[in-house]
Amino acid sequence: MSEFRGSQNYVASQELMGAVNIAMVLQKPLLIKGEPGTGKTMLAEAIAQALNKQLIIWNIKSTTKAQDGLYVYDVVQRLYDSQFGGEGVDDIAKYVRLGKLGEAFTAQEQVILLIDEIDKADLEFPNDLLWELDRMEFYIPETGETVTAKHRPVVIITSNAEKELPDAFLRRCVFHYIDFPDKELMAEIVRVHFPDLDEKLLTQALEAFYRIRQLPQIKKKPSTSEIIDWLRALVHEGVDPKRVVKEVPYLGVLLKKNEDMDALRRAWR
Amino acid sequence: MFEEFLYTLRRGGLKVSLTEWMALMEALDKGLHRSSFTGFYHLCRCLLVKSEADFDRFDRCFLQYFKDVPFEGEVSQELLDWLNRPDVLTDYANWDEEQARLNERLSEEEIEKMLQERMREQTEEHNGGNYWVGTHGMSTFGNSGLSPKGIRVGGQGMHRRAFRVAGERRFRDFRGDNTLDTRQFQVALKRLRQYSGLVDLPPTEFDVDSTIQDTAEHGGMLTVRYKRPRQNTVKVLLLMDSGGSMDYYAQLCSALFQAVSKVGHFKDLKVYYFHNCVYGRVYTDPSLLPSGAVNTQWLLSNLSSEYKVIFVGDAQMAPYELTGGWYYSRDRDPSLPKCGMDWLLRFRDKYPNVIWLNPSQRPSWGEYWTQTYDAIAQVFPMYPLTVQGLEEGMKKLLAR
Repeated sequence: MSEFRGSQNYVASQELMGAVNIAMVLQKPLLIKGEPGTGKTMLAEAIAQALNKQLIIWNIKSTTKAQDGLYVYDVVQRLYDSQFGGEGVDDIAKYVRLGKLGEAFTAQEQVILLIDEIDKADLEFPNDLLWELDRMEFYIPETGETVTAKHRPVVIITSNAEKELPDAFLRRCVFHYIDFPDKELMAEIVRVHFPDLDEKLLTQALEAFYRIRQLPQIKKKPSTSEIIDWLRALVHEGVDPKRVVKEVPYLGVLLKKNEDMDALRRAWR
Repeated sequence: MFEEFLYTLRRGGLKVSLTEWMALMEALDKGLHRSSFTGFYHLCRCLLVKSEADFDRFDRCFLQYFKDVPFEGEVSQELLDWLNRPDVLTDYANWDEEQARLNERLSEEEIEKMLQERMREQTEEHNGGNYWVGTHGMSTFGNSGLSPKGIRVGGQGMHRRAFRVAGERRFRDFRGDNTLDTRQFQVALKRLRQYSGLVDLPPTEFDVDSTIQDTAEHGGMLTVRYKRPRQNTVKVLLLMDSGGSMDYYAQLCSALFQAVSKVGHFKDLKVYYFHNCVYGRVYTDPSLLPSGAVNTQWLLSNLSSEYKVIFVGDAQMAPYELTGGWYYSRDRDPSLPKCGMDWLLRFRDKYPNVIWLNPSQRPSWGEYWTQTYDAIAQVFPMYPLTVQGLEEGMKKLLAR
């Protein structure tokens, strides 16, 4: 089996790579938690890219039902078709459309399935998927067909911890918490995005960034995506590295709340 | 092999099940720990721990079982700077066999004590020696050293003698015991719903009855009808006792509060706090600061009677705090209730659905405390603040 070692565009910590490989070998879903902006969703893309596999994303919303991921039986369409004598009305299979999970099961080769933000859905949602994720199969009563995974997909699940997940579900997962990257790892991540960034600017920007994050008054701490946007702004405007820590230009890119900006102005230097 | 570790974890409050343990065995069998101790640590954590809030607990159990001494003292930044010498040691020039043997004989407690002494005495950088805290040396502390035994301070683990990773306890801050176990509460609270289709939403739900009706009326011509989705119309007013004797139940109450606010399917949720009993004012904040005060009468006249009211409190106070008129309401409007009990009765008269959740048991002795407990239990149906009590309470709230 191939192994995940990070990808060109994604820098993963040793622990994260370990967790991904453990999940793949044990064929268990990998549950990823972490602060917003630590690249939870990006991870699945990176794995798909690194292993050269197709990525299927199932975005969970508050209204998503477990059934939606398996299949949808379009009764109304069938009714309409039967009215006008459309062809193949007696073929129920024609009106059964597979959801994302079904798609992943029936794929011709192993795919990566990302169940994004599972905590957005109803409290019982994870429980409804236990069997399907465990056995990698489900039954469609309308057609009497059992959909079984041809190749067990690699399942990545992300959660923002908005809701707690049921124990029975957690027991079946491999869990990894993406810690906020430390300075060295962050420098590495930034270099992936800006291969020829001025070293001085990078050091200064990181210095300012981590100082801001450490301020206890800041409510919404800036994250990886924010520092990358900020650096883009700094580079684009050609800001002198000496000014970065002292003045923190383009602060609005890093902090999104008025009270955070005020807090920073009071606390800075 | 090391089943005892499973029990150490369970004793430490981690709900590790056999499924997870077997998964770990399978992983070890497949060599996923990569024959390294760090790998083993991460493997265990991945499979056995399912929340970052439990990482710290896991770390401590891990240390306890794998017999390590976590070094818990404070290390000054200055010392860490001296120790930050990432240059790799290539020769073993500082190796001293006699010192190694001496070091090996030291117990963990002795090393820790010595380290604490050194940290008080040390005033500058020392590397390659056998006494001070430094790098590349034979002393029992510092990093990149050659001592067969010791405590790593700063730097990177080099020869992997110290049981490193777990000792760092990086996840201490994540412990949020109060956010745990609210799931059961949430499930109980989910029962509190009354659906109604009379809400302003676009009609998106397939209406079977009307579709059949209209199709039949059109002589079999299929006519699809949709209706508005039904939505929970339950509005909740939560009033919580705060401070004093309630401090013992702070964790439980916070779990309830989190569950109520997280379950998020109520049409409206209002939370106010009071102390002991409801008087002329309630507060928006558990610290009961005057700045967050709201007149109780305002509450009564502005929140319609369709609100379901949940009181949370131990209902134990001095009798005069419940019935004594002089205590809290001195100069108010004469039309307002005179004492706590009268305020409670106003709530009962206004809202048909009120329950009182009590985190405490009825006191088994002492008439003094049971007096108010019984008096309040006569006014409102009272349930214990447990998962089961909450379920019963929800049923009561839904009764018409």
